[in-house]
Amino acid sequence: MSLPDYGFYVLCATAVVLLAAQAVLHPTEFVQICIFGLTQGSIYALVALGYTMVYGIIELINFAHGDVFTLGAYVGSTILGFFAISEGGFSTVNLVALLLAFPVVMLVMGGINVAIERVAYRPLRNAPRLAPLITAIGMSFFLEGIMFLWHGPATVHFPDILPRVATTIAGVFFGFKDVFVVVTAAILVSLLAIFINRTKLGKAMRATAQDRDAAQLMGIDINRTIAATFFIGAVLAGAGGMIWGLYYNTVYYQLGFRSGLIAFTAAVFGGIGNIPGAALGGLIIGLIAAFSDSYLGSKWTQVVVFGILIGVLVFRPTGLLGMRVPEK
Amino acid sequence: MSRAVFTRFHLRERIRDRDAAVYGILLIAALLFPIIDIYATGGTADVSQATRAGYFVLLAIGLNVVVGFAGLLDLGYAAFFAIGAYTYALLASPQLASSPAHHAVHINFWILIFVSMFAAGAAGAILGFPTLRLRGDYLAIVTLGFGEIVPQLFYNFDQWTGGINAVGIIDQPHLPFWIQGPWSGDGPFQIVSNFNFNGDPLAFYVLIVILTGIAVVLVSNLYRSRLGRAWMAIREDEVAAAAMGINTVTTKLLAFGIGASFSGFAGAFYAADVSLVSPDNFLFIVSITVLVMVVLGGMGNISGVIIGALVLYFLVFYLIPGLPENAKNLANSVGLGSLNSKSGDWPGLAEEIGRLNFIIYGAILVGMMLLRPQGILPSRVREQELKHAAVQEEEAVVELTHAS
Repeated sequence: MSLPDYGFYVLCATAVVLLAAQAVLHPTEFVQICIFGLTQGSIYALVALGYTMVYGIIELINFAHGDVFTLGAYVGSTILGFFAISEGGFSTVNLVALLLAFPVVMLVMGGINVAIERVAYRPLRNAPRLAPLITAIGMSFFLEGIMFLWHGPATVHFPDILPRVATTIAGVFFGFKDVFVVVTAAILVSLLAIFINRTKLGKAMRATAQDRDAAQLMGIDINRTIAATFFIGAVLAGAGGMIWGLYYNTVYYQLGFRSGLIAFTAAVFGGIGNIPGAALGGLIIGLIAAFSDSYLGSKWTQVVVFGILIGVLVFRPTGLLGMRVPEK
Repeated sequence: MSRAVFTRFHLRERIRDRDAAVYGILLIAALLFPIIDIYATGGTADVSQATRAGYFVLLAIGLNVVVGFAGLLDLGYAAFFAIGAYTYALLASPQLASSPAHHAVHINFWILIFVSMFAAGAAGAILGFPTLRLRGDYLAIVTLGFGEIVPQLFYNFDQWTGGINAVGIIDQPHLPFWIQGPWSGDGPFQIVSNFNFNGDPLAFYVLIVILTGIAVVLVSNLYRSRLGRAWMAIREDEVAAAAMGINTVTTKLLAFGIGASFSGFAGAFYAADVSLVSPDNFLFIVSITVLVMVVLGGMGNISGVIIGALVLYFLVFYLIPGLPENAKNLANSVGLGSLNSKSGDWPGLAEEIGRLNFIIYGAILVGMMLLRPQGILPSRVREQELKHAAVQEEEAVVELTHAS
């Protein structure tokens, strides 16, 4: 360990001590911020999973992923609009609409992402590394353009259909929405973990990520496996977009760029290519962003989050849970 | 054997010919363009557009050193551009009078352009020193993060930089003192009316053409130098390069610093030309646009990169923004004028096409990469390498099929 390493750890320790002091001095406020951070972090975790899976399998930073997430919110808002939902309250129609909208959005986004992979990434699989990166950015602009064309530059209202139930325990405000977001995200991540670890396709994905050529020699259909990875990543991102909409009730076409970068930071933070790492990274980045929002002011959040990104890469390039991978 | 040598010799000749031809055409076009344009349109709007294209050319040449020569992916190049622009803007405008320093600073453009260059280069070295040990993609991510942080910092330190209000009224360059004399200004021996730039688009145009020329000569010499060969060696195989005795960290750091300093150079020029510098001018989209210019032109080939920058500039800043107006006029002239008026959800043809901008730009990026991933004018050396690699791969496949 060299001097800058110590500097980094001292900086982290100072931040932790300062946060602990806040926790002791203003416990209610602190817990409130934690709840907000975990809620936000659950959404980042869902998006980060897509980044990490795609990077793990084809080593591509899929810049379009954040926009798939936003498009999920746009599609969800449209689908919910078909129902006679009652905003600001809860009814049976709302429940039916939700239960229908979630799978539809997830499937639609999955399909779109598979199409994107087919058009923009698969033909370039053996091209120089920069080529798919640029098509990814092009696809990101393309999706943003579609959302812009669809609803214009203004923010779009997302129906507010979750029940507004809330309780206050020891001065801390718990909304139903917070619980809904965290629980839904947790269910989806658990389903993903089961899928990756227990199913044959999940096994194929892990094998392909480890060594594509060897996996192919073992009879795994590489194209199908990669397409499935994009599908699942987008399913989670679409669900994330729905949840974001239900929680914040407003989306705009460039949302995916900034939150996509933050989610990507989360993926790197947890160790890129590592699935539990992405989920953990999402939660931690959500917490850090919430702390920075409340203690430093929101204009510093971006600096803090990307500063952490650089710090992690410099001092622990493999992330929190990542393993050291030899250069291919 | 002799045939291989002959082909190689022939190839070298052709490389030289092609580059010379491209540079010649570009130079003649650069000289003729303002004359013809001012004569034809009577205004200088197009000349200032060309000047703006000029600093994108400078940026692309600089990024080409990093990405094309040394093979380091930089996704936050606009950050160095911002550092250069702000260095000039703060040290040559009334801005610092309203900052905690309470004194406006006005330093000469010709000094500051090197200060900006140095500031950006130093920032590049500082960022590069801890991060250049990282492997390819991680470096890209670090630079991406850096590119997001820098404009935000300029935005946040609003006491010094004016934040969202931007820095304005930036000094114009003027020629050094010794050139001024009785023959300049409004004096009796006036030969040249004015040595001050005073926002004259033509003066800026001449300056950017000269600066670009200098940059091209510098970078071509670098490319042929020992350092240039070291960069290529690292780009092709870092481990092998290190084994051959190249100090990879220093060499990569030099690429990063030199690339960044070009950006700072362009930044100072930009600040002087536009006379208004705001954090919003240096977002991710700028870094990406410059990167696409380099890739579109043909990575590693300076003449190709210049062409790429000009073509993309023309597309992104001239053709696409002009589309709505052109479509409107076209609709009017073919008798579909009713399309131009608003009705219900239809916002009018011009507005609708304006909304298509993102889609068009995205489609261009994707289409271009699918059709010609090697760029318009790829470096001949690289082209040969790619072909060679493809042939090798094919041979390997053939061997495998035979074996099985």
